[in-house]
Amino acid sequence: MKKEKKMKLSLPEEELMNSGHLACQGCGATLAMRYVLKALGQKVALCIPACCWSVIDGPFPYSSLDVPIFHCAFETAAVSASGVKAGLEMVGDTETTVVAWAGDGGTFDIGIQALSGVAERNDDIIYVCYDNEAYMNTGIQRSSATPYGAWTTTTPVKHFKDRPKKDMEAIMAAHRIPYIATASIGYPEDLFRKTKKAKEIKGTRFLHIYAPCPTGWKSRPEDTIKLARMVVQNATFPLYEIEWGEKYTLNIKLKEKKPIADYLKIQGRFRHLTEKEIASMQEEVDKKWQRLLSLVNSK
Amino acid sequence: MKKNKQAQKIVFKSEKDVPLMPMSIGTMLHNKTGVWRNIKPVIDLDNCIQCGICWKFCPDVSIFVEDEWPVVDYVYCKGCGICAEECPTKCIAMVEEEK
Repeated sequence: MKKEKKMKLSLPEEELMNSGHLACQGCGATLAMRYVLKALGQKVALCIPACCWSVIDGPFPYSSLDVPIFHCAFETAAVSASGVKAGLEMVGDTETTVVAWAGDGGTFDIGIQALSGVAERNDDIIYVCYDNEAYMNTGIQRSSATPYGAWTTTTPVKHFKDRPKKDMEAIMAAHRIPYIATASIGYPEDLFRKTKKAKEIKGTRFLHIYAPCPTGWKSRPEDTIKLARMVVQNATFPLYEIEWGEKYTLNIKLKEKKPIADYLKIQGRFRHLTEKEIASMQEEVDKKWQRLLSLVNSK
Repeated sequence: MKKNKQAQKIVFKSEKDVPLMPMSIGTMLHNKTGVWRNIKPVIDLDNCIQCGICWKFCPDVSIFVEDEWPVVDYVYCKGCGICAEECPTKCIAMVEEEK
């Protein structure tokens, strides 16, 4: 049975996240944290506002991460991080990377004014938004990251969300910050490379990580990675980078786009959608994809 | 690489033991999340190609590499089934937990 062979690991073996955390089975947010910490290493300080991760981490006096964490108020993730960075610089520590780690509610809705302020001042932090497309921690309420057609507890089946998802990358690109990237936990090597790249750059860096949530999306826990991969392949959440708000680079080039219907079918939150609504969603995705391609090709 | 960190519960005997600032002084390793599980992954090493994909995609960090082979840590595995779904040779089976 034993063929002597070396195990090929595509990521470093060092773990800064411990087992025993309080995430649901098949959680995507924990994987996002695991890959980001692998890329950033030990010298990092995290600022976490109210989001799933403030619970996953564990109650006082425990923590499931081996790096310092500062739990801050919901709307202040970005400014707390920039304050921590300023404090570290005052005591002569310029090595430590300060990361604001917020969910989609803390980024798209509640934390956007603080984030906008930090981006305008170009403070030296990495802002990571792990996007599970609703307020999952408090019980699946609609956020402005929730896509069109999705069920949540505040947008029930009869009155499902009828507005599209907010285009956060465009908002951040308008601030002309040095680095913006989208990543998905279905592509860990890509996420790892982007985090490494963000670590080397000075100024505000924005990472938008797609992290499926089996509890809120009513999908099977084992489909988490599949969903995170499908969403890239059907161009609903393309992986790209923006430098200084101008230079667009597409990372995963698609030979053929997969239909969005397969992606919607395995999630319970889209079960009520009719053929007509799915067709209109597909149209919307195609339009957005064409717009992105024109931005990439315009240089 | 299996972790050799302490996994004790912290008990404050009196108020004096509580740190002045609310800060974390222990890891969550005392929380044995294996009891959440209904089905458990069993790796058939005969068909394993040592690709490391199960290790890479484990949200609970409960698959570790020992002597170049993947091993499941049943103390913390929550039984989500991502490893079985993502395994390219389908050599991980999810079997019912015996109680």
